[in-house]
Amino acid sequence: MHFTINGRAYEADVDIRTSILDLCREHLGLTGAKKGCDHGQCGACTVLIDGRRVNSCLTLAVMHQDDEITTIEGLGQIGDPHPLQEAFVRHDGYQCGYCTPGQICSAVGMLDEVAKGWPSHVSEDLAAPLLDDGEISERMSGNLCRCAAYPNIVDAIREVAQAEPEGRTADEKDAAMIGEVLA
Amino acid sequence: MKSFIYEKADTPEAAVRDIATDGARFIAGGTNLLDLMKLQVETPAKLVDISRLDLATIDDAEDGGLLIGAMVPNSDLAADPRVIANYEVLSRALLAGASGQLRNKASTGGNLLQRTRCYYFYDLASRCNKRSPGSGCDAIGGINRILAVLGTSEHCIATHPSDMAVAMRALDATIVTLKADGDRRRIPIHDFYRLPGDTPHIETVLERGELITHIALPKPPSGRQSYRKVRDRASYAFALVSVAGIIGMESGRIANASLAFGGLGPMPWRDPAVEAALIGQAPTIDAFAAAADALVADAKGHGSNDFKLPLARRTLIAVLRDLTGA
Ligand SMILES: Cc1cc2nc3c(=O)[nH]c(=O)nc-3n(C[C@H](O)[C@H](O)[C@H](O)COP(=O)(O)OP(=O)(O)OC[C@H]3O[C@@H](n4cnc5c(N)ncnc54)[C@H](O)[C@@H]3O)c2cc1C
Ligand code: SF4
Ligand code: FES
Ligand code: FES
Repeated sequence: MHFTINGRAYEADVDIRTSILDLCREHLGLTGAKKGCDHGQCGACTVLIDGRRVNSCLTLAVMHQDDEITTIEGLGQIGDPHPLQEAFVRHDGYQCGYCTPGQICSAVGMLDEVAKGWPSHVSEDLAAPLLDDGEISERMSGNLCRCAAYPNIVDAIREVAQAEPEGRTADEKDAAMIGEVLA
Repeated sequence: MKSFIYEKADTPEAAVRDIATDGARFIAGGTNLLDLMKLQVETPAKLVDISRLDLATIDDAEDGGLLIGAMVPNSDLAADPRVIANYEVLSRALLAGASGQLRNKASTGGNLLQRTRCYYFYDLASRCNKRSPGSGCDAIGGINRILAVLGTSEHCIATHPSDMAVAMRALDATIVTLKADGDRRRIPIHDFYRLPGDTPHIETVLERGELITHIALPKPPSGRQSYRKVRDRASYAFALVSVAGIIGMESGRIANASLAFGGLGPMPWRDPAVEAALIGQAPTIDAFAAAADALVADAKGHGSNDFKLPLARRTLIAVLRDLTGA
Protein backbone atom coordinates (compact mmCIF):
# COMPACT_ATOMS: atom_id res chain seq x y z
CA MET A 1 0.00 0.00 0.00
CA HIS A 2 1.10 3.61 -0.55
CA PHE A 3 0.48 6.63 1.65
CA THR A 4 1.18 10.34 1.82
CA ILE A 5 1.84 11.40 5.38
CA ASN A 6 3.08 14.84 6.37
CA GLY A 7 3.88 15.54 2.73
CA ARG A 8 6.11 12.49 2.41
CA ALA A 9 5.39 9.37 0.34
CA TYR A 10 5.52 5.99 2.07
CA GLU A 11 5.19 2.39 0.87
CA ALA A 12 4.17 -0.21 3.43
CA ASP A 13 3.26 -3.87 3.26
CA VAL A 14 0.61 -4.06 5.95
CA ASP A 15 -2.33 -6.29 6.87
CA ILE A 16 -5.67 -5.26 5.36
CA ARG A 17 -7.02 -4.68 8.91
CA THR A 18 -4.46 -1.99 9.77
CA SER A 19 -5.84 1.33 11.01
CA ILE A 20 -4.08 4.58 10.15
CA LEU A 21 -3.16 4.75 13.84
CA ASP A 22 -1.41 1.37 13.80
CA LEU A 23 0.12 2.11 10.40
CA CYS A 24 1.76 5.26 11.77
CA ARG A 25 2.78 3.90 15.15
CA GLU A 26 3.72 0.30 14.40
CA HIS A 27 4.97 0.44 10.83
CA LEU A 28 6.22 3.94 10.03
CA GLY A 29 7.76 5.03 13.32
CA LEU A 30 5.38 7.98 13.61
CA THR A 31 4.44 7.54 17.26
CA GLY A 32 3.00 11.01 17.86
CA ALA A 33 -0.64 9.95 17.52
CA LYS A 34 -1.55 7.97 20.63
CA LYS A 35 -3.78 4.98 21.24
CA GLY A 36 -6.09 5.65 24.15
CA CYS A 37 -9.20 3.54 23.60
CA ASP A 38 -8.97 2.29 19.99
CA HIS A 39 -12.77 2.81 19.74
CA GLY A 40 -13.34 6.47 18.87
CA GLN A 41 -14.06 7.44 22.45
CA CYS A 42 -11.03 9.50 23.53
CA GLY A 43 -9.51 11.48 20.64
CA ALA A 44 -5.87 10.65 21.50
CA CYS A 45 -5.41 9.28 17.98
CA THR A 46 -6.71 12.38 16.17
CA VAL A 47 -5.01 13.13 12.85
CA LEU A 48 -5.97 15.27 9.86
CA ILE A 49 -7.07 13.64 6.62
CA ASP A 50 -7.19 16.19 3.80
CA GLY A 51 -7.27 18.81 6.53
CA ARG A 52 -10.23 17.30 8.43
CA ARG A 53 -9.77 15.95 11.93
CA VAL A 54 -10.69 12.28 12.38
CA ASN A 55 -10.07 9.43 14.83
CA SER A 56 -7.29 7.43 13.17
CA CYS A 57 -8.17 4.33 15.22
CA LEU A 58 -11.50 4.05 13.37
CA THR A 59 -10.06 4.38 9.87
CA LEU A 60 -8.72 1.61 7.69
CA ALA A 61 -5.39 2.60 6.14
CA VAL A 62 -6.33 0.83 2.91
CA MET A 63 -9.22 3.28 2.45
CA HIS A 64 -6.95 6.34 2.61
CA GLN A 65 -4.12 5.64 0.21
CA ASP A 66 -4.87 8.65 -1.96
CA ASP A 67 -5.44 11.15 0.84
CA GLU A 68 -3.09 13.62 2.54
CA ILE A 69 -2.62 12.49 6.12
CA THR A 70 -1.15 14.92 8.66
CA THR A 71 -0.03 13.80 12.10
CA ILE A 72 1.39 15.86 14.93
CA GLU A 73 4.86 15.23 13.45
CA GLY A 74 3.78 17.19 10.37
CA LEU A 75 2.46 20.20 12.24
CA GLY A 76 5.67 21.39 13.84
CA GLN A 77 9.29 20.49 14.35
CA ILE A 78 11.68 20.88 17.25
CA GLY A 79 12.84 24.48 17.00
CA ASP A 80 9.93 25.36 14.74
CA PRO A 81 6.75 24.51 16.61
CA HIS A 82 3.20 25.07 15.41
CA PRO A 83 1.54 28.09 17.07
CA LEU A 84 -0.78 25.70 18.94
CA GLN A 85 2.20 23.70 20.23
CA GLU A 86 3.76 26.93 21.50
CA ALA A 87 0.51 27.97 23.10
CA PHE A 88 0.07 24.59 24.83
CA VAL A 89 3.57 24.96 26.31
CA ARG A 90 2.97 28.55 27.35
CA HIS A 91 -0.35 27.75 29.02
CA ASP A 92 0.62 24.39 30.50
CA GLY A 93 -2.06 22.70 28.42
CA TYR A 94 -1.11 19.21 29.66
CA GLN A 95 0.28 17.24 32.53
CA CYS A 96 1.33 13.75 31.36
CA GLY A 97 1.08 14.80 27.70
CA TYR A 98 -0.55 11.61 26.46
CA CYS A 99 -3.62 13.32 25.01
CA THR A 100 -1.67 16.33 23.72
CA PRO A 101 -0.87 15.29 20.12
CA GLY A 102 -4.53 14.45 19.63
CA GLN A 103 -5.62 17.68 21.31
CA ILE A 104 -3.40 19.75 19.04
CA CYS A 105 -4.36 17.98 15.80
CA SER A 106 -7.98 18.28 16.85
CA ALA A 107 -7.61 21.99 17.64
CA VAL A 108 -6.04 22.61 14.21
CA GLY A 109 -9.00 20.92 12.53
CA MET A 110 -11.45 22.63 14.86
CA LEU A 111 -10.12 26.13 14.12
CA ASP A 112 -10.43 25.39 10.44
CA GLU A 113 -14.07 24.37 10.99
CA VAL A 114 -14.61 27.66 12.82
CA ALA A 115 -13.00 29.55 9.92
CA LYS A 116 -15.49 27.85 7.58
CA GLY A 117 -18.33 29.10 9.78
CA TRP A 118 -19.43 25.64 10.98
CA PRO A 119 -21.76 25.77 13.99
CA SER A 120 -21.62 23.60 17.11
CA HIS A 121 -24.12 22.15 19.56
CA VAL A 122 -23.86 25.25 21.77
CA SER A 123 -24.11 27.86 18.99
CA GLU A 124 -27.15 30.00 19.64
CA ASP A 125 -27.24 31.21 16.05
CA LEU A 126 -26.25 28.29 13.82
CA ALA A 127 -25.65 30.68 10.93
CA ALA A 128 -23.20 32.90 12.83
CA PRO A 129 -21.39 31.05 15.63
CA LEU A 130 -19.05 33.01 17.90
CA LEU A 131 -16.00 31.29 19.38
CA ASP A 132 -16.26 31.76 23.14
CA ASP A 133 -14.91 29.41 25.82
CA GLY A 134 -18.12 27.36 25.88
CA GLU A 135 -17.77 26.83 22.14
CA ILE A 136 -14.13 25.76 22.46
CA SER A 137 -15.02 23.21 25.15
CA GLU A 138 -17.93 21.80 23.16
CA ARG A 139 -15.97 21.63 19.92
CA MET A 140 -13.06 19.91 21.71
CA SER A 141 -15.29 17.44 23.58
CA GLY A 142 -14.05 14.58 21.39
CA ASN A 143 -10.67 14.85 23.12
CA LEU A 144 -10.57 13.57 26.66
CA CYS A 145 -7.77 14.50 29.06
CA ARG A 146 -7.31 12.14 31.98
CA CYS A 147 -5.16 14.75 33.71
CA ALA A 148 -8.02 17.25 33.32
CA ALA A 149 -5.83 20.01 31.89
CA TYR A 150 -9.01 21.34 30.27
CA PRO A 151 -8.91 24.97 31.51
CA ASN A 152 -5.37 25.43 30.21
CA ILE A 153 -6.15 23.69 26.94
CA VAL A 154 -9.01 26.17 26.43
CA ASP A 155 -6.65 29.06 27.28
CA ALA A 156 -4.11 27.87 24.71
CA ILE A 157 -6.65 27.41 21.96
CA ARG A 158 -8.36 30.73 22.69
CA GLU A 159 -5.05 32.54 22.37
CA VAL A 160 -4.29 31.02 18.98
CA ALA A 161 -7.86 31.53 17.76
CA GLN A 162 -7.66 35.21 18.61
CA ALA A 163 -4.33 35.56 16.80
CA GLU A 164 -5.57 33.79 13.67
CA PRO A 165 -5.27 36.26 10.77
CA GLU A 166 -8.54 36.85 8.92
CA GLY A 167 -9.16 35.02 5.69
CA ARG A 168 -6.44 32.43 6.08
CA THR A 169 -7.63 29.06 7.34
CA ALA A 170 -5.69 26.89 9.74
CA ASP A 171 -5.49 24.41 6.91
CA GLU A 172 -3.68 26.77 4.54
CA LYS A 173 -1.33 27.83 7.28
CA ASP A 174 -0.42 24.23 8.03
CA ALA A 175 0.08 23.49 4.38
CA ALA A 176 2.47 26.45 4.19
CA MET A 177 4.19 25.33 7.34
CA ILE A 178 4.65 21.75 6.24
CA GLY A 179 6.04 23.05 2.95
CA GLU A 180 8.58 25.16 4.83
CA VAL A 181 9.63 22.26 7.02
CA LEU A 182 10.19 20.00 4.06
CA ALA A 183 12.03 22.64 2.00
CA MET B 1 -10.66 -8.34 14.11
CA LYS B 2 -11.37 -11.11 11.62
CA SER B 3 -9.68 -10.64 8.26
CA PHE B 4 -11.72 -9.75 5.18
CA ILE B 5 -11.51 -9.17 1.48
CA TYR B 6 -11.53 -5.49 0.53
CA GLU B 7 -13.02 -3.99 -2.59
CA LYS B 8 -13.53 -0.36 -3.47
CA ALA B 9 -16.63 0.48 -5.49
CA ASP B 10 -16.52 3.28 -8.05
CA THR B 11 -20.23 3.42 -8.83
CA PRO B 12 -23.41 2.50 -6.93
CA GLU B 13 -24.09 -0.16 -9.57
CA ALA B 14 -20.64 -1.71 -8.97
CA ALA B 15 -21.24 -1.55 -5.22
CA VAL B 16 -24.44 -3.59 -5.35
CA ARG B 17 -22.69 -6.04 -7.66
CA ASP B 18 -19.66 -6.37 -5.36
CA ILE B 19 -21.82 -6.90 -2.29
CA ALA B 20 -23.49 -10.00 -3.70
CA THR B 21 -21.36 -12.52 -1.81
CA ASP B 22 -22.01 -14.11 1.55
CA GLY B 23 -21.02 -12.05 4.53
CA ALA B 24 -20.19 -8.92 2.52
CA ARG B 25 -20.89 -5.50 4.03
CA PHE B 26 -20.69 -1.92 2.84
CA ILE B 27 -18.29 0.34 4.67
CA ALA B 28 -18.83 4.11 4.57
CA GLY B 29 -17.23 6.17 7.37
CA GLY B 30 -16.51 2.95 9.25
CA THR B 31 -17.02 4.60 12.64
CA ASN B 32 -19.60 2.04 13.72
CA LEU B 33 -18.68 -0.99 11.64
CA LEU B 34 -14.94 -0.95 12.48
CA ASP B 35 -15.72 -0.42 16.15
CA LEU B 36 -17.89 -3.55 16.11
CA MET B 37 -15.43 -5.51 13.95
CA LYS B 38 -12.66 -4.91 16.49
CA LEU B 39 -14.83 -6.62 19.08
CA GLN B 40 -15.89 -9.31 16.59
CA VAL B 41 -19.52 -8.37 17.10
CA GLU B 42 -19.42 -7.93 13.32
CA THR B 43 -17.30 -10.33 11.26
CA PRO B 44 -17.83 -9.49 7.59
CA ALA B 45 -15.99 -11.72 5.11
CA LYS B 46 -15.78 -8.84 2.65
CA LEU B 47 -15.93 -5.06 2.85
CA VAL B 48 -17.19 -3.07 -0.09
CA ASP B 49 -15.85 0.47 0.29
CA ILE B 50 -18.57 2.92 -0.73
CA SER B 51 -16.88 5.96 0.79
CA ARG B 52 -15.73 7.37 -2.58
CA LEU B 53 -19.01 6.98 -4.42
CA ASP B 54 -20.26 10.13 -6.04
CA LEU B 55 -23.00 10.47 -3.41
CA ALA B 56 -21.59 13.26 -1.28
CA THR B 57 -23.61 16.24 -2.45
CA ILE B 58 -26.73 17.93 -1.13
CA ASP B 59 -29.00 18.99 -3.97
CA ASP B 60 -32.19 21.03 -4.18
CA ALA B 61 -35.05 18.70 -5.07
CA GLU B 62 -37.86 19.56 -7.49
CA ASP B 63 -40.51 19.41 -4.77
CA GLY B 64 -38.74 22.17 -2.81
CA GLY B 65 -36.99 19.72 -0.52
CA LEU B 66 -33.40 18.48 -0.39
CA LEU B 67 -31.78 15.35 -1.75
CA ILE B 68 -28.92 14.36 0.55
CA GLY B 69 -26.32 11.92 -0.77
CA ALA B 70 -25.74 8.92 1.50
CA MET B 71 -22.02 9.74 1.70
CA VAL B 72 -22.48 13.33 2.91
CA PRO B 73 -20.56 13.51 6.21
CA ASN B 74 -22.56 14.42 9.29
CA SER B 75 -20.47 17.61 9.78
CA ASP B 76 -21.12 18.90 6.29
CA LEU B 77 -24.83 18.18 6.54
CA ALA B 78 -25.09 20.01 9.87
CA ALA B 79 -23.26 23.05 8.46
CA ASP B 80 -25.13 23.29 5.15
CA PRO B 81 -26.75 26.76 4.97
CA ARG B 82 -30.01 25.29 3.58
CA VAL B 83 -30.22 22.80 6.43
CA ILE B 84 -29.49 25.50 8.99
CA ALA B 85 -32.11 27.83 7.50
CA ASN B 86 -34.92 25.34 6.78
CA TYR B 87 -34.28 22.15 8.74
CA GLU B 88 -32.75 23.47 11.95
CA VAL B 89 -33.88 20.39 13.88
CA LEU B 90 -31.64 18.23 11.69
CA SER B 91 -28.61 20.46 12.09
CA ARG B 92 -29.13 20.59 15.87
CA ALA B 93 -29.59 16.81 16.15
CA LEU B 94 -26.42 16.12 14.17
CA LEU B 95 -24.42 18.58 16.27
CA ALA B 96 -25.68 16.93 19.45
CA GLY B 97 -24.22 13.59 18.33
CA ALA B 98 -20.74 12.11 18.73
CA SER B 99 -17.71 14.44 18.37
CA GLY B 100 -16.23 16.76 15.75
CA GLN B 101 -13.85 14.02 14.64
CA LEU B 102 -16.56 11.38 14.34
CA ARG B 103 -18.99 13.67 12.54
CA ASN B 104 -16.29 14.40 9.96
CA LYS B 105 -16.24 10.69 9.05
CA ALA B 106 -19.75 9.48 9.80
CA SER B 107 -21.97 9.38 6.71
CA THR B 108 -25.68 10.12 6.41
CA GLY B 109 -26.44 6.53 5.33
CA GLY B 110 -24.22 4.95 7.98
CA ASN B 111 -25.74 7.07 10.70
CA LEU B 112 -29.22 5.72 9.93
CA LEU B 113 -27.90 2.16 10.15
CA GLN B 114 -25.70 2.42 13.24
CA ARG B 115 -26.33 -0.38 15.71
CA THR B 116 -27.50 -0.20 19.30
CA ARG B 117 -25.16 0.72 22.16
CA CYS B 118 -26.67 -1.98 24.45
CA TYR B 119 -23.77 -3.13 26.66
CA TYR B 120 -24.60 -6.80 26.18
CA PHE B 121 -24.67 -6.48 22.41
CA TYR B 122 -21.01 -5.39 22.65
CA ASP B 123 -19.98 -8.12 25.07
CA LEU B 124 -19.45 -11.48 23.38
CA ALA B 125 -19.67 -13.25 26.75
CA SER B 126 -23.32 -12.14 27.16
CA ARG B 127 -26.48 -13.58 25.69
CA CYS B 128 -27.93 -11.28 23.05
CA ASN B 129 -30.65 -12.08 20.52
CA LYS B 130 -29.61 -9.20 18.31
CA ARG B 131 -26.01 -10.36 18.00
CA SER B 132 -26.68 -14.07 18.21
CA PRO B 133 -30.34 -14.83 17.39
CA GLY B 134 -32.01 -17.20 19.81
CA SER B 135 -29.38 -16.91 22.55
CA GLY B 136 -31.50 -14.83 24.95
CA CYS B 137 -31.31 -11.28 26.25
CA ASP B 138 -29.15 -10.42 29.25
CA ALA B 139 -30.37 -6.82 29.27
CA ILE B 140 -33.81 -7.88 30.49
CA GLY B 141 -33.28 -8.18 34.20
CA GLY B 142 -29.76 -6.80 33.78
CA ILE B 143 -28.34 -3.29 33.56
CA ASN B 144 -30.63 -1.51 31.14
CA ARG B 145 -30.28 2.14 32.11
CA ILE B 146 -29.75 3.27 28.51
CA LEU B 147 -32.29 0.91 26.92
CA ALA B 148 -35.82 1.22 25.61
CA VAL B 149 -39.18 1.70 27.29
CA LEU B 150 -41.34 1.72 24.14
CA GLY B 151 -41.70 -0.77 21.28
CA THR B 152 -39.69 -3.47 23.04
CA SER B 153 -40.34 -7.20 22.97
CA GLU B 154 -39.52 -10.06 25.31
CA HIS B 155 -36.60 -10.74 22.97
CA CYS B 156 -34.91 -7.33 22.90
CA ILE B 157 -35.17 -3.95 24.62
CA ALA B 158 -32.40 -2.15 22.71
CA THR B 159 -32.65 1.49 21.62
CA HIS B 160 -31.66 2.91 18.28
CA PRO B 161 -28.90 5.33 19.29
CA SER B 162 -28.94 7.88 16.47
CA ASP B 163 -29.72 11.55 17.02
CA MET B 164 -29.85 12.34 13.31
CA ALA B 165 -32.48 9.68 12.63
CA VAL B 166 -34.79 11.24 15.23
CA ALA B 167 -34.74 14.54 13.36
CA MET B 168 -35.18 12.70 10.05
CA ARG B 169 -38.28 11.02 11.49
CA ALA B 170 -39.75 14.34 12.63
CA LEU B 171 -39.04 15.73 9.15
CA ASP B 172 -40.69 12.77 7.34
CA ALA B 173 -37.54 11.91 5.39
CA THR B 174 -37.56 9.27 2.67
CA ILE B 175 -34.75 6.76 2.19
CA VAL B 176 -33.80 6.21 -1.45
CA THR B 177 -32.08 2.94 -2.30
CA LEU B 178 -30.58 0.87 -5.08
CA LYS B 179 -31.23 -2.85 -4.93
CA ALA B 180 -28.98 -5.65 -6.08
CA ASP B 181 -31.26 -6.25 -9.10
CA GLY B 182 -30.86 -2.61 -10.18
CA ASP B 183 -34.30 -1.51 -8.91
CA ARG B 184 -34.57 1.71 -6.96
CA ARG B 185 -37.08 2.33 -4.20
CA ARG B 186 -38.17 5.15 -1.93
CA ILE B 187 -38.93 4.11 1.65
CA PRO B 188 -40.63 6.63 3.96
CA ILE B 189 -38.73 6.68 7.25
CA HIS B 190 -41.84 5.57 9.16
CA ASP B 191 -41.67 2.27 7.22
CA PHE B 192 -37.89 1.96 7.29
CA TYR B 193 -37.17 0.59 10.78
CA ARG B 194 -38.64 -2.61 12.22
CA LEU B 195 -39.71 -3.36 15.75
CA PRO B 196 -37.69 -6.17 17.36
CA GLY B 197 -40.52 -8.72 17.80
CA ASP B 198 -38.86 -12.12 17.76
CA THR B 199 -36.25 -11.06 15.15
CA PRO B 200 -34.31 -8.24 16.82
CA HIS B 201 -31.33 -8.88 14.53
CA ILE B 202 -33.38 -7.51 11.60
CA GLU B 203 -33.54 -3.77 12.15
CA THR B 204 -34.75 -2.29 8.87
CA VAL B 205 -36.71 -3.30 5.79
CA LEU B 206 -33.57 -3.12 3.64
CA GLU B 207 -32.93 -6.26 1.63
CA ARG B 208 -29.57 -7.95 1.56
CA GLY B 209 -27.14 -5.87 -0.48
CA GLU B 210 -29.50 -2.90 -0.81
CA LEU B 211 -27.57 0.37 -0.94
CA ILE B 212 -28.87 3.64 0.48
CA THR B 213 -28.05 6.24 -2.14
CA HIS B 214 -29.90 9.29 -0.80
CA ILE B 215 -32.11 10.62 1.93
CA ALA B 216 -34.81 12.94 0.64
CA LEU B 217 -36.32 15.70 2.76
CA PRO B 218 -39.71 17.12 1.80
CA LYS B 219 -40.12 20.88 1.54
CA PRO B 220 -39.45 22.64 4.84
CA PRO B 221 -42.23 22.33 7.43
CA SER B 222 -43.82 25.47 8.82
CA GLY B 223 -43.28 26.57 12.38
CA ARG B 224 -40.41 26.44 14.80
CA GLN B 225 -37.99 23.53 15.20
CA SER B 226 -35.75 22.31 17.98
CA TYR B 227 -33.81 19.29 19.20
CA ARG B 228 -33.29 18.66 22.88
CA LYS B 229 -30.99 15.90 24.11
CA VAL B 230 -30.69 14.76 27.72
CA ARG B 231 -27.57 12.74 28.50
CA ASP B 232 -25.18 11.76 31.28
CA ARG B 233 -22.61 14.44 30.43
CA ALA B 234 -22.80 17.76 28.64
CA SER B 235 -21.29 16.51 25.39
CA TYR B 236 -20.05 13.38 23.59
CA ALA B 237 -22.58 10.96 25.07
CA PHE B 238 -25.58 9.13 23.66
CA ALA B 239 -29.10 10.31 24.46
CA LEU B 240 -30.99 9.03 27.46
CA VAL B 241 -33.98 10.87 26.05
CA SER B 242 -34.11 13.24 23.12
CA VAL B 243 -36.93 15.14 21.43
CA ALA B 244 -37.04 16.52 17.90
CA GLY B 245 -39.90 18.98 17.70
CA ILE B 246 -41.58 21.02 14.98
CA ILE B 247 -44.58 23.12 15.99
CA GLY B 248 -46.52 25.60 13.87
CA MET B 249 -48.97 28.06 15.45
CA GLU B 250 -52.01 29.77 13.89
CA SER B 251 -54.22 32.29 15.71
CA GLY B 252 -52.90 31.24 19.09
CA ARG B 253 -53.45 27.51 18.53
CA ILE B 254 -51.17 24.66 17.54
CA ALA B 255 -51.74 24.12 13.82
CA ASN B 256 -49.14 21.47 13.06
CA ALA B 257 -47.00 19.30 15.29
CA SER B 258 -44.33 16.77 14.53
CA LEU B 259 -42.53 15.14 17.45
CA ALA B 260 -39.99 12.34 17.35
CA PHE B 261 -38.08 10.80 20.22
CA GLY B 262 -34.65 9.25 20.75
CA GLY B 263 -33.50 7.02 23.59
CA LEU B 264 -36.97 5.58 24.14
CA GLY B 265 -37.47 2.93 21.49
CA PRO B 266 -35.82 0.50 19.08
CA MET B 267 -36.30 3.06 16.33
CA PRO B 268 -36.61 6.83 16.25
CA TRP B 269 -40.03 6.99 17.89
CA ARG B 270 -43.10 8.86 16.71
CA ASP B 271 -46.62 8.42 17.99
CA PRO B 272 -49.64 10.00 16.22
CA ALA B 273 -51.49 10.14 19.56
CA VAL B 274 -48.94 12.62 20.91
CA GLU B 275 -49.44 14.96 17.98
CA ALA B 276 -53.24 14.50 18.00
CA ALA B 277 -53.28 15.63 21.64
CA LEU B 278 -51.75 18.95 20.58
CA ILE B 279 -53.24 19.93 17.23
CA GLY B 280 -55.97 22.54 17.56
CA GLN B 281 -55.13 23.16 21.21
CA ALA B 282 -53.99 26.39 22.82
CA PRO B 283 -50.42 26.03 24.13
CA THR B 284 -51.23 25.35 27.75
CA ILE B 285 -49.51 23.17 30.31
CA ASP B 286 -52.63 20.99 30.38
CA ALA B 287 -52.40 20.32 26.66
CA PHE B 288 -48.68 19.56 26.96
CA ALA B 289 -49.33 17.20 29.87
CA ALA B 290 -51.97 15.37 27.82
CA ALA B 291 -49.44 14.91 25.00
CA ALA B 292 -46.84 13.67 27.49
CA ASP B 293 -49.36 11.22 28.96
CA ALA B 294 -50.06 9.89 25.47
CA LEU B 295 -46.33 9.41 24.87
CA VAL B 296 -45.74 7.23 27.91
CA ALA B 297 -49.17 5.52 27.98
CA ASP B 298 -47.74 2.21 26.78
CA ALA B 299 -44.20 2.73 28.09
CA LYS B 300 -42.67 0.12 30.35
CA GLY B 301 -39.49 0.43 32.39
CA HIS B 302 -37.17 -2.51 32.97
CA GLY B 303 -35.68 -1.52 36.30
CA SER B 304 -32.65 0.67 35.85
CA ASN B 305 -34.33 2.61 33.02
CA ASP B 306 -37.60 3.37 34.87
CA PHE B 307 -36.43 6.97 35.18
CA LYS B 308 -36.94 7.43 31.44
CA LEU B 309 -40.71 7.67 31.83
CA PRO B 310 -40.77 10.84 33.94
CA LEU B 311 -37.72 12.14 32.06
CA ALA B 312 -39.46 11.71 28.69
CA ARG B 313 -42.57 13.49 30.00
CA ARG B 314 -40.60 16.43 31.33
CA THR B 315 -38.36 16.75 28.29
CA LEU B 316 -41.35 16.78 25.95
CA ILE B 317 -43.12 19.41 28.02
CA ALA B 318 -39.97 21.55 28.13
CA VAL B 319 -39.61 21.35 24.34
CA LEU B 320 -43.26 22.25 23.82
CA ARG B 321 -42.95 25.27 26.12
CA ASP B 322 -39.89 26.34 24.22
CA LEU B 323 -41.43 25.99 20.78
CA THR B 324 -44.72 27.69 21.63
CA GLY B 325 -43.33 30.31 24.00
CA ALA B 326 -45.84 29.16 26.65
C1 LIG C 1 -17.56 7.25 20.69
C2 LIG C 1 -18.74 7.41 19.79
C3 LIG C 1 -19.78 8.26 20.16
C4 LIG C 1 -20.88 8.42 19.35
N1 LIG C 1 -21.89 9.24 19.76
C5 LIG C 1 -23.00 9.36 18.99
C6 LIG C 1 -24.10 10.17 19.40
O1 LIG C 1 -24.07 10.81 20.47
N2 LIG C 1 -25.19 10.24 18.60
C7 LIG C 1 -25.25 9.56 17.41
O2 LIG C 1 -26.27 9.68 16.73
N3 LIG C 1 -24.25 8.78 17.00
C8 LIG C 1 -23.13 8.67 17.76
N4 LIG C 1 -22.11 7.85 17.34
C9 LIG C 1 -22.34 6.98 16.19
C10 LIG C 1 -21.99 7.59 14.85
O3 LIG C 1 -22.95 8.57 14.54
C11 LIG C 1 -22.05 6.44 13.83
O4 LIG C 1 -20.96 5.60 14.09
C12 LIG C 1 -21.98 6.94 12.41
O5 LIG C 1 -23.05 7.79 12.10
C13 LIG C 1 -21.98 5.77 11.44
O6 LIG C 1 -21.74 6.24 10.13
P1 LIG C 1 -20.55 5.62 9.24
O7 LIG C 1 -20.61 6.24 7.91
O8 LIG C 1 -19.26 5.69 9.96
O9 LIG C 1 -21.08 4.11 9.17
P2 LIG C 1 -20.29 2.74 8.95
O10 LIG C 1 -19.65 2.32 10.21
O11 LIG C 1 -19.46 2.81 7.71
O12 LIG C 1 -21.53 1.81 8.64
C14 LIG C 1 -22.52 1.50 9.59
C15 LIG C 1 -23.45 0.44 9.01
O13 LIG C 1 -24.20 0.96 7.92
C16 LIG C 1 -23.99 0.23 6.73
N5 LIG C 1 -23.97 1.24 5.67
C17 LIG C 1 -23.26 2.41 5.69
N6 LIG C 1 -23.60 3.17 4.62
C18 LIG C 1 -24.54 2.47 3.93
C19 LIG C 1 -25.29 2.74 2.74
N7 LIG C 1 -25.14 3.87 2.04
N8 LIG C 1 -26.18 1.80 2.31
C20 LIG C 1 -26.35 0.64 3.00
N9 LIG C 1 -25.66 0.33 4.11
C21 LIG C 1 -24.77 1.24 4.58
C22 LIG C 1 -22.69 -0.50 6.94
O14 LIG C 1 -22.65 -1.71 6.21
C23 LIG C 1 -22.72 -0.76 8.44
O15 LIG C 1 -23.47 -1.90 8.72
C24 LIG C 1 -20.97 7.70 18.13
C25 LIG C 1 -19.94 6.87 17.73
C26 LIG C 1 -18.83 6.70 18.55
C27 LIG C 1 -17.73 5.79 18.10
S1 SF4 D 1 -31.57 -5.69 24.60
FE1 SF4 D 1 -31.33 -6.46 22.51
S2 SF4 D 1 -29.22 -5.84 22.04
FE2 SF4 D 1 -29.37 -5.80 24.30
S3 SF4 D 1 -28.83 -7.88 25.02
FE3 SF4 D 1 -31.03 -7.88 24.72
S4 SF4 D 1 -31.23 -8.69 22.64
FE4 SF4 D 1 -29.14 -7.95 22.80
S1 FES E 1 -7.63 5.87 20.37
FE1 FES E 1 -8.87 6.64 18.78
S2 FES E 1 -10.38 7.72 19.87
FE2 FES E 1 -9.30 6.74 21.47
S1 FES F 1 -2.29 15.64 29.75
FE1 FES F 1 -2.50 13.69 30.63
S2 FES F 1 -4.24 12.97 29.54
FE2 FES F 1 -4.20 15.00 28.97
